[in-house]
Amino acid sequence: MSLTAEDVNKIAHLARLGIDSQDVGSYTKDLSGMLALMAKMGEVNTDGVEPMAHPLDQVQRLRADVVTESNQREHFQAIAPKVEDGLYLVPKVIE
Amino acid sequence: MHSKSIRQLAQGLRAKEFSSVELTQHFLQRIKQHQNLNAYITVTEELALAQAQAADQRLAAGDTDLLLGLPIAQKDLFCTLGVRTSCGSKMLDNFIAPYNATVVDKLNQAGAVMLGKVNMDEFAMGSSNETSFYGAVKNPWDSNAVAGGSSGGSAAAVAARLAVCATGTDTGGSIRQPAALCGITGLKPTYGRVSRYGMIAYASSLDQGGPMAQSADDAAILLQAMAGFDSKDSTSMDHPVPDYSATLDAPLTGLKIGLPKEFFGEGLSDDVAQVLQVAIDEYRKLGAEVIDISMPNLKLAIPAYYVIAPAECSANLSRFDGVRFGYRCENPADLTDLYTRSRGEAFGKEVKRRILMGTYALSAGYYDAYYIKAQKIRRLISDDFKTALAQVDVIMGPVTPTTAFGIGEKMADPIAMYLADIYTIAINLAGVPAMSVPAGFSDGKPVGLQIIGNYFQEAKLLNIAHRYQQVTDWHTLIPKNFE
Repeated sequence: MSLTAEDVNKIAHLARLGIDSQDVGSYTKDLSGMLALMAKMGEVNTDGVEPMAHPLDQVQRLRADVVTESNQREHFQAIAPKVEDGLYLVPKVIE
Repeated sequence: MHSKSIRQLAQGLRAKEFSSVELTQHFLQRIKQHQNLNAYITVTEELALAQAQAADQRLAAGDTDLLLGLPIAQKDLFCTLGVRTSCGSKMLDNFIAPYNATVVDKLNQAGAVMLGKVNMDEFAMGSSNETSFYGAVKNPWDSNAVAGGSSGGSAAAVAARLAVCATGTDTGGSIRQPAALCGITGLKPTYGRVSRYGMIAYASSLDQGGPMAQSADDAAILLQAMAGFDSKDSTSMDHPVPDYSATLDAPLTGLKIGLPKEFFGEGLSDDVAQVLQVAIDEYRKLGAEVIDISMPNLKLAIPAYYVIAPAECSANLSRFDGVRFGYRCENPADLTDLYTRSRGEAFGKEVKRRILMGTYALSAGYYDAYYIKAQKIRRLISDDFKTALAQVDVIMGPVTPTTAFGIGEKMADPIAMYLADIYTIAINLAGVPAMSVPAGFSDGKPVGLQIIGNYFQEAKLLNIAHRYQQVTDWHTLIPKNFE
């Protein structure tokens, strides 16, 4: 299966990922190549095979619902691109 | 000093032949002298000398930790408090980590001295170190060749003796492949053996940190300090950590080595195959029995990996949005523009390719066809390892189809680059441990032998590598210009 430039632009939008218009062609070609590689999987019958999410089939550990972290807001915000009064700033969302 | 093993250096420090400060200065000087190798992204000279001074005090007080006072390098995806952690990306070029990775904490506690943060493919996505925002690392054996990736800086630094040993991470071969191409010893532990806390995530069900060193003996010591359960990593395995050095000398009589025919067929270059045959004959002399086996689903590893890893990558890298840390574009018009442009301007092409692939594989209508299908294939591959490892003790094979290729040679064809990871990727999908051990040279460039074991059999792998290193000297050779 191969993708079109339109598909690639749609995927890039879903990922909120800016791509240069002159690169769309090469991404289209590369992703189509990857999909051709993946087509091999379709040749194998996997009926009844349980999907494997963790190499040792572990499930997530549970822990007591207690606070273990201390507030480090200033520490973390020291590396933020833009903050004011302890808040992370982004362009206005609601007019 | 730089060609000595960890045990020799530890002894030298205690015999007062040199201090940790002197040893650290020696390595810092070598790093400066060999800057053109591009192995380091950040050299932490001041911090290193302060840590060395503290180590000298602990040494004077009689502390016996083997890593105490020894200068090491950290792959630049382990978060280091107060020190830039770039992950090889423009996105994190200005990122000063607010906390230490568990691996960093553990090595600090052991008293190791951090010389700096070493180069890597951007977000660990690459097999040549060429996707790094900071440029490719050169292979110490051939400056026109790649050092491999993604832990290319770690491998080159150890091979050129710009660090005693280094940390690496391996998602699809990122410890073993550069170790093979640079002629050093690298081990990818069982998934969950080493904490992933503070290790910047690429593909969370595959990522695993491990040691990169001059020998199996050194790797055993480094792994000892890195391994163990960590409650801060939800996938960390609560499994006892054995003494990795205690069993290094165990005899190999009766060891059953499986050679999968799929590892030695079409695609493997003749020169690498010849070197591996000689290495396997050496194991016969050590008393091992060699058995031909088959693992029919190995050929599906690359397709399954390039669904699962990009899918997890697209989810993990969504955190880089230009809001809380990392790169932010200038004058965003609105919130969508802020996200889109910050990510678009700061991620390199390979990272974008994988985010796009993963986003597609996880999108509505394709999830079952790609992601679920790949996870089912993953189980078939894992079952192949279970079957094989019920029949033999370890599996051996190549790490890479060829020796180090030229810088720039494969960048135009990403799929050709992916296909070169054919021998390493299946191991991550199964989650078993595997090593790369220097096994010889072809045309002046190193060849690695891969040894794959069952879950939590790291001690066995180290033992098998160590016995080989006692009867061969490939691991002791130092590239010209770095003696």
